[in-house]
Amino acid sequence: MKTRRRSSLFHRGEPFVWLTGGALVLSVFMIVGLLVIVVYQGMGTFWPGDLVRLELSDGSAVMGELVQEETYQPQPHVLKPLTKLQRAAIAQAGGSVRRHQLRTGNFDVTNTHFKWVSDFDVSQTSRPKWALLLERVEYGRFYGIPAAFVVDGKEIATDPAAVIAKLDRYHGESRERAKQIRRIGEEQAGANDRERGAQRARTEAEFEHGIDSAEWRRADEHYESVQQAVAKQALALNRKSAELGRQNRRFKLRMKTADDAPKDIVAADIVRYYTPNRLGFVEKLGIYSSRWGEFLLDDPREANSEGGVWPAIIGTLVMTLVMSVLVVPFGVLAALYLREYAKQGLLTSIVRIAVNNLAGVPSIVFGVFGLGFFCYIVGTSVDGLFYAADAADGNPTFGKGGLMWASLTLALLTLPVVIVATEEALAAVPNSMREGSLACGASKWQTIRRIVLPRAAPGIMTGMILAVARGAGEVAPLMLVGAVKLAPKLPIDASFPFVHPSRSFMHLGFHIYDLGFQSQNSQAARPMVFTTTLLLIGIVVALNITAVWVRARLRKAHKG
Amino acid sequence: MRQQTNRPWSTSRFVSEDEPAGTPTTEAASGVFQAVERGLAFETAVHDALRSEDAVVEITGFNLWYGDKQALFGCAMIVPRGKVTALIGPSGCGKSTLLRCVNRMNDLVATVRTSGAMTLTGDPIYDPGTDVIELRKRIGMVFQKPNPFPMSIYENVVYSLRIDGVRSRSVLNDVVETTLKGVGLWGEVHDRLSDSALRLSGGQQQRLCIARAIAGEPDVLLLDEPCSALDPIATQRVEELIQTLKGRYSILMVTHNMQQAARASDYTAFMYLGRLVEFGPTEEMFLKPKLTETEDYITGRFG
Repeated sequence: MKTRRRSSLFHRGEPFVWLTGGALVLSVFMIVGLLVIVVYQGMGTFWPGDLVRLELSDGSAVMGELVQEETYQPQPHVLKPLTKLQRAAIAQAGGSVRRHQLRTGNFDVTNTHFKWVSDFDVSQTSRPKWALLLERVEYGRFYGIPAAFVVDGKEIATDPAAVIAKLDRYHGESRERAKQIRRIGEEQAGANDRERGAQRARTEAEFEHGIDSAEWRRADEHYESVQQAVAKQALALNRKSAELGRQNRRFKLRMKTADDAPKDIVAADIVRYYTPNRLGFVEKLGIYSSRWGEFLLDDPREANSEGGVWPAIIGTLVMTLVMSVLVVPFGVLAALYLREYAKQGLLTSIVRIAVNNLAGVPSIVFGVFGLGFFCYIVGTSVDGLFYAADAADGNPTFGKGGLMWASLTLALLTLPVVIVATEEALAAVPNSMREGSLACGASKWQTIRRIVLPRAAPGIMTGMILAVARGAGEVAPLMLVGAVKLAPKLPIDASFPFVHPSRSFMHLGFHIYDLGFQSQNSQAARPMVFTTTLLLIGIVVALNITAVWVRARLRKAHKG
Repeated sequence: MRQQTNRPWSTSRFVSEDEPAGTPTTEAASGVFQAVERGLAFETAVHDALRSEDAVVEITGFNLWYGDKQALFGCAMIVPRGKVTALIGPSGCGKSTLLRCVNRMNDLVATVRTSGAMTLTGDPIYDPGTDVIELRKRIGMVFQKPNPFPMSIYENVVYSLRIDGVRSRSVLNDVVETTLKGVGLWGEVHDRLSDSALRLSGGQQQRLCIARAIAGEPDVLLLDEPCSALDPIATQRVEELIQTLKGRYSILMVTHNMQQAARASDYTAFMYLGRLVEFGPTEEMFLKPKLTETEDYITGRFG
């Protein structure tokens, strides 16, 4: 009897189970690893750590938050000045030494935010009970011991507890006055805008009707009156602002640094203050959530490295939504023609390949294209038609980066994703549906609209989800076509037309790049990089979950 | 181009003009298959009973090519008014192709070419001036696999009215009720008309598709193996339904099932390799066919 050969292990496919499983595990590991790092680092940024005071062997002292520690091999010239005993201890540890990085703040005093301290340098470690942390409007954090509270140059309290009680008493009203000063500034800016508007109306009148025409004279009169009113208002506002500022400068906090150097800080300049070493878990949690609140809802301060990212959140959301609104209809229409109307053949294959290759073009190239085509060609033409007066002043409206051009550029960038996903969704609609509809006497368009599109809608949503994820995380092209470090105004507000397509905007992705690589103090900004990344991922996930939810509802509507 | 309707039907029209009927027909019946396989032309054996029928659809000398490959050769037949006509024949003989030519579904296949003529109540089907959409509105079609649209039962039934822009609720409601009653589905679904049609069973789905096809009051109803995807009980119900639709609608159906053709149809046409071989009243076709080939096929000795 002839027996059949045993199939080899290879043919049975066992190794392939391991191969495929291994590939999946590797991808999951990488994704989860990245997420864990981002979440861990991002969530930890705002946790108030204890303040440590280190007395160093040279007699000086530093105080700050422990940021990180590491083991390193000191160079011989570092070891040379040490005592014999210290050198022996280091040699015993294999020549390696632990060192700690302290966030010491007090940039205005020391010109540095961080300090590395090696173990052998520390002569004494303590956690001063009254160590006070100040988050300031300028110069970042201040770490010190409260020495006195000063009103009008007189110390009214010197005991730490009493000083903090006075700070509690006066801080709120000082901040309120600071807020008023800021509001006055905004009012002033609004008045200046009005003046500029009137001036522009006059220039337009000059452009259209010529100087000394009736229209120009009317515009000129209007401009004069506005100018006078604004000047009068400015005077009043200035006086009010100056008075508030004078009031605020009366209240000062006198601090002592770790080295006992005194430093006076105006109470109004303090955003938040607390004594970390006296706080329990619940109080720390309160500070933690308050910092998250500030991060999410406030404007940035200090070259974006402090404060919040509210404008960047809004900018990201609005840009992504406008991009989706542009790319989805366009991509779906293109895919419909390609799949439903065009005769399948060489030409459609070439178009398909071209579309797919578009996805491989580096995104910065899209940025360059957007800048050259949208901003300079289209934008300048729009300006020439509608905003000639401004453009002539060297103040383009659309002839520069802005929300509209950024959204269009990203729409182009994500177009292949939408087209490919839509085509696949259309291909997945069974032909029997189309035949059934056509046999009922429906035209091709009726068939597409009533049968094919509803059935393909979930797949189209998938394409949109991919496009949104790609678009929201894109940075490189945005740098060229409208994302800025600090936008004076949000791209949406309550004034008509609510969405302002010509405005430049802030974007979380660009914010991350700016914090991590462009800021003077990138080390201090690093925790913010993680937190902002976490936020951006969170926003993309939130957008996607919304789309997935809509898709699930669509699926349910079209299935049994 | 409107031709005379209800024209008496003559056997001479069975042979297309470009294919002369020179080869032996009934007297050399045993040679038909060989003639077909050798590509010779021959005349369809048509029973006399058909002469007295009033044709809704008339097919004359119809040829069809898929690219270079010819699939239909000089087909000529009629669909008698108010009767059920079954197309039988072995797989690939062109039954479905011929059926799908009647409402020009083959237009969807890019490589298809046709010649010859078809008329629907005298109006030409293959004519440059024919509006295919208007034509299809006069023809109902049911496919092999039930293909209800992914929408509610209600919307499925009124689909043909919707695409005509009918909005009136009362009109739509009436159509839904009468049509669903017509296909015997009303009792089963009247309380869940807004449910998705995809939740119905296979047999119910197929009856819904028939309802959809007759909701537009078509002149002719095309059934393309309507029971091949159904279980025996559902098949029986659809066959019963075909019987009740008879008279009111003229039906042309393709079937693989000889018993179904025998049970459900008034006339049967036997096709072989793209040719129409014999066409006559079902009873005659099954009991005393003119050609032995037909007898062989029907009795299962062949095919």
